[in-house]
Amino acid sequence: MSQANLNVDSRRASASITVKPRLRLSAQQVTPYLFLLPGIILFVTFILWPMLYSLRISFYDWNIVKAERSVYVGLQNYQDALDDPIFQRAASNTLFYVLVTVPGQMIFGTLAALLLNQRFPGRALFRTLYYLPVITSWVIVTLLFEFLFNGQAGLINSILESAGLIREPIRWLADSRLIMIPLTLLGIWKGIGWTAVIVLAGLQSIPMQLYEAAAVDGAGTRQRFTSVTLPLLRPTLVFLVVVLTIGAMNVYISGLLMTRGGDPMNESHFVLTWMDKQTFENFKFGQGAAISYLLTAVVFVVSLVQIRLLQREVDYT
Amino acid sequence: MNTLGRQKYTAFAVRYALLLAGALIVTVPFIYMVSVSLKPQAYTFEMPPQLFPHDITFEHYREVLAKQNLVVYFANSLLVAVASTSGTVLIASLLAYAFARMKFAGKRVLFSVLLIGMMIPPVMLIIPQFLVAKELSLLNSLLGLILVYITMSLSMQTFLLRGVFAGVPQDLLDAALIDGGGQGTLFWRIVLPLSRPGLAAVTIFTFLYSWDEFPWAHVAIRETAKRTLPVAIALFRRPDLTEWGQLFAMSIIALLPVLVVYVIFQRYFVAGIATTGLKG
Repeated sequence: MSQANLNVDSRRASASITVKPRLRLSAQQVTPYLFLLPGIILFVTFILWPMLYSLRISFYDWNIVKAERSVYVGLQNYQDALDDPIFQRAASNTLFYVLVTVPGQMIFGTLAALLLNQRFPGRALFRTLYYLPVITSWVIVTLLFEFLFNGQAGLINSILESAGLIREPIRWLADSRLIMIPLTLLGIWKGIGWTAVIVLAGLQSIPMQLYEAAAVDGAGTRQRFTSVTLPLLRPTLVFLVVVLTIGAMNVYISGLLMTRGGDPMNESHFVLTWMDKQTFENFKFGQGAAISYLLTAVVFVVSLVQIRLLQREVDYT
Repeated sequence: MNTLGRQKYTAFAVRYALLLAGALIVTVPFIYMVSVSLKPQAYTFEMPPQLFPHDITFEHYREVLAKQNLVVYFANSLLVAVASTSGTVLIASLLAYAFARMKFAGKRVLFSVLLIGMMIPPVMLIIPQFLVAKELSLLNSLLGLILVYITMSLSMQTFLLRGVFAGVPQDLLDAALIDGGGQGTLFWRIVLPLSRPGLAAVTIFTFLYSWDEFPWAHVAIRETAKRTLPVAIALFRRPDLTEWGQLFAMSIIALLPVLVVYVIFQRYFVAGIATTGLKG
């Protein structure tokens, strides 16, 4: 601690020595901004400005060809989006996806991490295998699942048939409710490896002494898990719930490809696939912008709740 | 004594059994994908499905390499991924160095603004980015992909690198300062070489992200010859698709660089996720 302070002091001292002439001082003040400049230009051009631009568009009946002819409509786009039965269905599909995939990833990811949290032969191999779906692009795994869940002769149907669980092949992809099964299974399957790595890091940060102390006090395996592992893992688990929830609310590529744009009858949309269709197929840019802001608002609230929860966690650990 | 040994043995067996079951669920779809890409077209939907093909053929690979512009798409993807990765490493390092090691007015505010980039869903930016890119004539251009990929990576990677750079001992910087080094020298000669694991993590994250990215490329690129692999693969699947063998051959070719990068950088990758909670 005192070492660090000393370092800071000596740095200040050496800085003030070099700052004798006035010109040198101004150069020192400018240099940081030169380091920041390229990043700031990109950030403003492709994130900050687009965010504000999009907010503006969401208040207009936006004319894509001649922007100046766009008509200001106030909150009409938001109102229309919320009143639209297709949007409501998309929102409830997205909610369903979140409610199934987040616990699914948490449970299986934590289980995998607990199994991997000891040294044994083949551990690195298992970890690599579990990570395979995470690094594969969404496009590839979505098409792969579409193939596995093929309505006539897909692998899943033939496994279920030979196990005697179904008599006839199920047409998973042709029904707006059934298609949620391959979509949610894909979401869980793809996320287990990442969840496991995060939980593993959390597990490995728990000091060994705590387990030893618990063992000395006569705690068995189960008790050590409930009284040491779980409480100390809580911040990690809270963090995971939030990040996975935000990720799941942004489900997009798998839905877009597997449902072919909300087929049948626009009933199988997620919020973002509906935004995509309204914008780039129906050319309602104002509507699309309003939908994306509605989703962002929800994401933002979840992030705030996350910060609250994490802060409370810090208070009593 | 004996029961304890048996208990340990059972625990060990249960652990392996569960891990093996998990590994099967994860890998069987991939094995099946490889298998379909190597089966003759007529056996794509053979009954009962065979996990390992009887007759192996490379006709699907030959077809996609000859007919589908696959070489072009691969080159596009490679160019975009390499350029985005180098750009991100450089620009995020500059930002992170300023935030970790320099004093300037507005530092806190700027850093908070940068963190906004970690909270907004990328797909929500697609509409305005499309309009901005249109005005800057960056639609239908690989440069448009590269610039957006760099920007979308900046917040997270700067966040990661700021932590890494802050860990470089101040003594080393002081010594260089006394020897008359400027900020450029400190950055280039001391901080960067000492942060190789962190830079490796940034490299792999950004490479995988820009290699796999689909939503922006899908919206921004209309011209066939400028497609990247994810777009080409997604558009290859038409409603009445029967050439699953070719589709999976393309997918496996697209997957190979990812595997190579992952295996080489795995050590840094796992450490990077573990310390920052970044999503791969």
